Parts: sequence; C-alpha cells; structure tokens
Amino acid sequence: MTLSDTALTPQAYIRSQSRWRPIEIVFWLSLLLPYVLFPNYLSLASQIAITAMFALSLDLILGYAGVVSLGHAAFFGIGAYTAGIFSKFVWGELFTGLLVATALAALVGYVTSFIIARFRHLTLIMITLGLGLLLHEAANSASWLTGGSDGLQGVQVWPLLGVFKFDLYGKTAYGYSLAMLFLVFLFARRIIHSPFGLALRGIRENWTRMPAIGAASRAHIRKIYTISAAMAGLAGALIAQTTETVSLETLSFERSADVLVMLVLGGAGRLYGGLIGAAVFMIARDQFSGIAPQFWYFWIGILLVVVVMALPNGILGGLSALIARWRRK
Amino acid sequence: MLPPVFGVLFDGIAYGMLLFVLSVGLSVTLGLMNFVNLAHCAFAMVGGYTTVTLMNQFGWPFFATLPMAFIVSALASVVFERTLYRRLYRATDLDQVLLTIGLAFISVAVFAWFYGTTQQPINVPSYMRGSFAFLGINIAVYRLFLIGIGIVVTLALVFGLEYTRFGAQVRAAVDNQRMARGLGIDVDKTFALTFALGSGLAGLGGALAIEIVGLDPVFAFTYLVYVLIIVSVGGLGSIVGSFLAAILIGVSDIAGKYYVPELGAFLIYLVMLVILMWRPAGLFGRR
Repeated sequence: MTLSDTALTPQAYIRSQSRWRPIEIVFWLSLLLPYVLFPNYLSLASQIAITAMFALSLDLILGYAGVVSLGHAAFFGIGAYTAGIFSKFVWGELFTGLLVATALAALVGYVTSFIIARFRHLTLIMITLGLGLLLHEAANSASWLTGGSDGLQGVQVWPLLGVFKFDLYGKTAYGYSLAMLFLVFLFARRIIHSPFGLALRGIRENWTRMPAIGAASRAHIRKIYTISAAMAGLAGALIAQTTETVSLETLSFERSADVLVMLVLGGAGRLYGGLIGAAVFMIARDQFSGIAPQFWYFWIGILLVVVVMALPNGILGGLSALIARWRRK
Repeated sequence: MLPPVFGVLFDGIAYGMLLFVLSVGLSVTLGLMNFVNLAHCAFAMVGGYTTVTLMNQFGWPFFATLPMAFIVSALASVVFERTLYRRLYRATDLDQVLLTIGLAFISVAVFAWFYGTTQQPINVPSYMRGSFAFLGINIAVYRLFLIGIGIVVTLALVFGLEYTRFGAQVRAAVDNQRMARGLGIDVDKTFALTFALGSGLAGLGGALAIEIVGLDPVFAFTYLVYVLIIVSVGGLGSIVGSFLAAILIGVSDIAGKYYVPELGAFLIYLVMLVILMWRPAGLFGRR
C-alpha cells in the first residue's frame, strides 16, 4: 500500500479497483478469435471455457477466502449428473437444466458449508477430500441412476434457443460456454470488488481477527462456499450438456487435483488466474495427448514443484511482478 | 469354535497393522512440524520397490530386504527434506500440499518408467504363505507376522519416545515448539531425524504391503488416502491414536468389503467424516 492508496475513501478504493481496464476488454474480445483462427479446435475451446469457470469457482474459496479444498469436483459432478439426468428423464431444454443443476449444487454446497466453516488446516483438507471421495463412491454404487463406471449414456439436449444445434465441431458449444463463462465472470467480479469480497480477503489473511472488526468469518465462508458450489455445479452442467454424456471422472479426485493445479499455475487470488491456468493446462494436455497419462503427470509434478519454489503467485503473479519491476526503472 | 466374524476381525487387525506401519511416521512428523506431507506414500513405494529389486534382480531373501527398504526410504526422504521440504516449514498449507502432491506425481511417473505399470510379483518364503486353523478360524501366517511386526513397532516407538533422550526432545517439540527451541533443543535436527525414521517405517510398510495388496506405481495415491484418514482420525503426533485408528480403519475396511461389498470404500470415508466432525483434532489429538 502506498500513501496515495490509503488516502482514498473506501468507496473510491473499491470503485478504482473495479474499473474495467483496456487489457481486460481486449482479453474478452480475443476469446472470439478461435471462431476465425482455430475452427477445428472449437470443442476444445468449449471445454477450456467450462474448465475455466470451474477454476474460477475454486478461486473464490481458495484464492480469496483461503479455504483449501481437495474435493471441489464434488460440486462439478453434482451439476453434471443433475443436468444429465434431468435432460434424460425430464426434457432437454438447456436453461431449465442449468437452473436445476446449479440449484442442487448450491443446496449441497449450503448444507456442507456448515461443516466447512467449522474447520481449518489438515482437518479441513481431509473433510473436503472425504466428502469428494464419498460422493464418488456413492455415484459409482448407484449405477441404476448414474450408469456407474460406464458413465451416463443417452443424454439428449434440445438446440440452443430452439435454433442452434450442438454440432460435432462445437460451434454452438463454444458460444454457449463462453457466454455462460462471461456471465459467471461478471458475477464473480462484482462479488470480489464489493465490501464482502474485501472481507473475504481479510479472512484469508487472518481468520481470528476479522470478527473483531465486524466481519463474521464463519457466515462469510458459508456464503462464498455456497456461491462457489453453485458455480462449479453450473460448470458441470455445461459439460454434461455440451458433450451429451457424463462420466464418473467428473467426480474424481483427479479432477479436483487438476483444477487446483490450473488455478495455482495461473495464479490463485486473481480473477484471471483460473482462466489463464485452465487455458494453459488444457492446451498443453491437448498438445501432449500422445504421451501416456502417467508421464503427463510427471511434468505436472515438476511444474508444481517449480511453481511452489520459484513462482509463488502463478503465471499472472510472475507477470505482474515483472511489469512492476519494469515500471520502476 | 469361533463364529466367522472373528476371522474378519483377524484379517482386519492384520490389515490395520500394515496401515499403522505405513502411517505412523506421517502422524509424528505432522504433529512435530505441521507439515502436510502428501508424498509420504511415495516414500513407502520406494521401500516396496527396493524389496522387489533386491529380491528379483539380486536374489536376496525376503527378510534381508526389509531393513534395506527401511534404510533406502529413510535416506531418500532425508535428501528431499534437506533440499525442498525445509524451505516450506513456515509456508501455507496450500504450498505444502502442492509441493508434496507434485513430488507424489513425479514418483508415480518415475516408477512407471523404470518398472512399468503392472503389479510387481515377489516370492515370500513358502513357510510364510500357509495358514492354519485355530478354534475354527483360518489364520494366515503372513498376517500373523504382520500383527507381530505392528506390535513390535508400536512398543519400540512408545518406549523410544518415553524413555530415550531423543524421544523426550521429540515430545517437547510436539508439545511446544518455541519453548523447546528456547531450551536449546535443535528442533530442525530433531525433525529431520524423525522425518527419516517415519519415512523409513513407511518404506518398511511398503515392503510388507506387497504380499497383501500388491505394488504398482499408483500405490503413492491409493494408500495415501488411507494413511491420511488414519493420521487425522488418530490425532496428530499420537502413536497410540494412530495405532487404534489404524485398527479401526483396517477392520471397517475388511468388514465392509466382506459384508457389504457393493458399498466399496464408502464405509471408511463415512467413518472418517463422522469421527472428524465429532472430534476435529482426531480421537487422541490435543489441538
């Protein structure tokens, strides 16, 4: 904090933080480029947009509120299975499917948030891990509903707005996922640049002192956890609708670990961290898809060690440090 | 004649002893430094592969490989402790989780590269393979041996902690690290030694586990979950806690697989969640 920052009134500080920067507008416009430049990679782009939304949801609890979760795929999977089952047994309309899936993920998130908000440190890590594994086992056992390890087959969705069919190239899928990602991002941005968002960062820095200045740590954690769960559920619902299948992998520990890696790679506690991380991770995985999965994880491991040891705030943190050094000269 | 439930109980306790040897080191190091080491089972895997290599390539007898499994894992862990871990003692949980999960990923890939992804076979001596009937239940010799090892390790650790100078230093550092430093105890050195001992025990556990659960490169993750459950349920830094938690989880797992196989591992996750919600610091945890 420099002197000029502290001289601002709180309102002015929040307003200055939440102003749209030119580079942000360029970033979002450039996301339309794949339609022109990489028309063959649109289904990958759609997957990236969805994964970015999932990473953003984790960023809200981990990056901003400091809640380490090793089981965030639970909500992604709940959203995916709910949307899949809904479109299979009720109807294939997209937005009602999204709504139902998001609502259920939010409900489960709300119920579990009472547990999450009570614990810290290793116990918290173990509880999030345990809940995730429990749900994975439950979905595996309930194969009459979920299809078990074969995945949920026979998901059929209607065309988007009754006009745009989901084609093999992912043209509709990418537009749909990108629009949803943008809406969710606006929502997350609004939260982060609000007094509530500031309080969350305070809780991350010091959990016990925040109540002393009037921010109820546990109630805030419960709120953001519920929001994050709903967002992860929405991302899951999108993957079910755009791929028209749901695999057990959506609930797996690997998915929780992958999203954590993406977020940390991009930079946790930054709005664009999850987005950049998801894009870099997924494009790299696509490029290296020829190598066997266990060797892919070798490089992920190396990457994690390097990020923790040398790049503690991820790609975006490293970039902003570079820019800051360049400006000082 | 005993009803079959005692057979399940016996197998469960033997399995629990194996899990105890695998996890007790992590419990003590976590209690000592609060370092979340998710690569603990990677060190166990080092021990397992040491045994496999010595037996299959060099023709060593099974029992001679066990001390080597301990030593190799302990040495490997010291290298990582000195080079990487020590920089993160004061870092956040997240950084520790990321570093150690990264190391676990690397270990899986490295062992898959050198040994392939298949299960590694070993031949334990024929007299360890048999079983005998006792009061109507079937007792496998190897499982009886596991229970013996578990008891010996527990007694050695409990007495070592209670009656040696080094044990007293470890206890002091677990109870109050700053005070222990103030009294002139070199907590970092104590930690490095404890870490090596704990990883060595994990390596021994990895070697012992081959006959029961097999050994492949994903061992570092499949058993990590069990180990973490035992450590968090038993309470950090508590040997008796880990011992009882290991038996509880071992028996629940075997009984669950025997009586309600369709539930899979559901039961042990449920046991862990219920215990953690009831006692967040574990059954014997003090913090």
